[in-house]
Amino acid sequence: MARVQPINKKARRVDADTLATPLAAAAAPDAAAGNDVVALQQGGAPTGPNIPLGCSFVFSPGWEVDSSGGTAGLCQPVERDLYDCYITCFWPVHVPDLYNHAPDWTAKCAAAQKDWRKIDLIFP
Amino acid sequence: MIDGTATAEPQTVSRRSTRFRRGEFHAFAGDGAPFVYMTPSAAVYRLDDASVAVLDTLAQGDCSPDELAQALRSRFPLPEVKEAIEELVRIRAVEAFLETPRKAPPAELPAPSPAALQRASGKRVPLSTLVMNVTSKCNLSCAYCYEYGEDRLSEASDKPRFMDEPTARASVDFMFAESGDQKLVNLTFFGGETLLNFKVLKAALGYARERGATLGKRVEASLTTNATLLRSEIIDWLVENDVGVTVSMDGNKEQQDTFRVFKGGMGSYGTVAPNVKELLARHTRRPVGARVTLTKQNLDVRSIYDHLAHTLGFWEVGFAPVTTSWQRDYAIQEDGFYDMLTQFQSLAAEYLEFALAGKRHKFSNVRDTLEEIHKGLNKSHPCGAGMGLMGVATDGDVALCHRFAGSDAHKLGTVHGGVDHDKQQAWLAEHHIATKTDCKTCWARPLCAGGCYHEAHTRYGDTHRPNLHYCEWIRSWTNTCLEVYGTIAAKRPEFLQQFD
Repeated sequence: MARVQPINKKARRVDADTLATPLAAAAAPDAAAGNDVVALQQGGAPTGPNIPLGCSFVFSPGWEVDSSGGTAGLCQPVERDLYDCYITCFWPVHVPDLYNHAPDWTAKCAAAQKDWRKIDLIFP
Repeated sequence: MIDGTATAEPQTVSRRSTRFRRGEFHAFAGDGAPFVYMTPSAAVYRLDDASVAVLDTLAQGDCSPDELAQALRSRFPLPEVKEAIEELVRIRAVEAFLETPRKAPPAELPAPSPAALQRASGKRVPLSTLVMNVTSKCNLSCAYCYEYGEDRLSEASDKPRFMDEPTARASVDFMFAESGDQKLVNLTFFGGETLLNFKVLKAALGYARERGATLGKRVEASLTTNATLLRSEIIDWLVENDVGVTVSMDGNKEQQDTFRVFKGGMGSYGTVAPNVKELLARHTRRPVGARVTLTKQNLDVRSIYDHLAHTLGFWEVGFAPVTTSWQRDYAIQEDGFYDMLTQFQSLAAEYLEFALAGKRHKFSNVRDTLEEIHKGLNKSHPCGAGMGLMGVATDGDVALCHRFAGSDAHKLGTVHGGVDHDKQQAWLAEHHIATKTDCKTCWARPLCAGGCYHEAHTRYGDTHRPNLHYCEWIRSWTNTCLEVYGTIAAKRPEFLQQFD
């Protein structure tokens, strides 16, 4: 890189790991808008680093059913559903609009299992 | 609840245009040159003028490519700006996103799910260091001691005061059993005063070396002592057995005798100093370091350093503020932390001068941080406690570290029954940096990760809590070390090779 020079060991590793990504593509998501978010049925994962999103990719026992198949012993609070659906899915659950009206809704919630009480009600 | 059949479509995005915003980093200068410390990756980069201009412009708010080019056109040719943006995006100092009306700065990363945290912490880390508390007894009565003083964790009465030899041997077996395929294991003796149980300590190391030879593992040994009991024959043994030594010592006579006193109140300097001199004269194969506890009453870092490094001649000198609840008389208060910082900074400046001249400086706090910066350490947990490091109490109970040894509430197993790995994994998941809400927006978190569990326990009664009382201090100190690092990288990069 000409403008930004890696100095410590970690920077050199990051540099080596990201060299595979064409710079122009990294800086221009609109040019590659079709690959910004892809459904897997559209033909596989995009090249380069990507993160599968959505609850169906994550095995999170104790969230929807407990160990006996019921809902009596869920190990996570129900409030977590709201949060997780919003953050990791594109599912429009009934949560505040984080972009326009309630940008700080989750600011105090680093870990839902501990901080879910801090996710407050928002009245439009 | 949603399921895999959810049909919510992402909106069509192709008509929206790209905008840029600043990513998460800490900017600092070294030798006048601009650098960035990338918070998520702990990578350090040096910037040129065009990239600095891009980041400065974005500091005013998000920009489209056109706005950015417009703002910088009088200062830099367009291709230079473009190149700078591309490279900054690659290292994530700049984020490219598709335009959406928004009020807020960058959306934060989603908090990992408990399952993900469990997985992240779930990789079994082999034990690389075992700290053996061979005794909880001490011949000194330092008022600030966390083992004995007002902030002690375990009741001294319900545990044996000395570790016996069978327990020591079992501890060694435990260490090898938990060390996985590590070829090197570190055995550290701690106390109380370790040399009060020299007989068992000696037997334990002998046994460890013998077992290590059979198992094909190297054993590095070290101990911490107050040096009051160092005799010639003990020094002989330390030299012969290549045992690293750290001496807990607070400075010159007046400084040492403020808190480090015998039971009757007599100061220990007169006993310690000659022993230390003999140790330093004869134990030359391993670096011998001094470890200083700073208190409100003993905060003259410069004079302590000069005495220990120069008058006595320790190989290195490290400082730590006393771990205590804030209301104790010896607790360092806010102005004291500031004072300590300015003194650390002045010693760091001296370290830098030495480094640029190719000389070794003995202030180990800088050296340790430089090494972490150089390697780009990005900690999931503040230290190795409960992971690659554990502490054994005198009765063979295994705890997070030596500071928690003997505390039933922080027990992870026993040397006889092994580690309760479920408990260990749960503990690690609970203490992961991602669970520390307050650390989420701090740029120093890759190096600090919330700070010492024992400190948090003493201060707040809870190991989960980040040590908020010294956040500002840590950020200022980390910034100082980054500046030292940047300057060395600019002027004498070969000095940093020692940290490779």
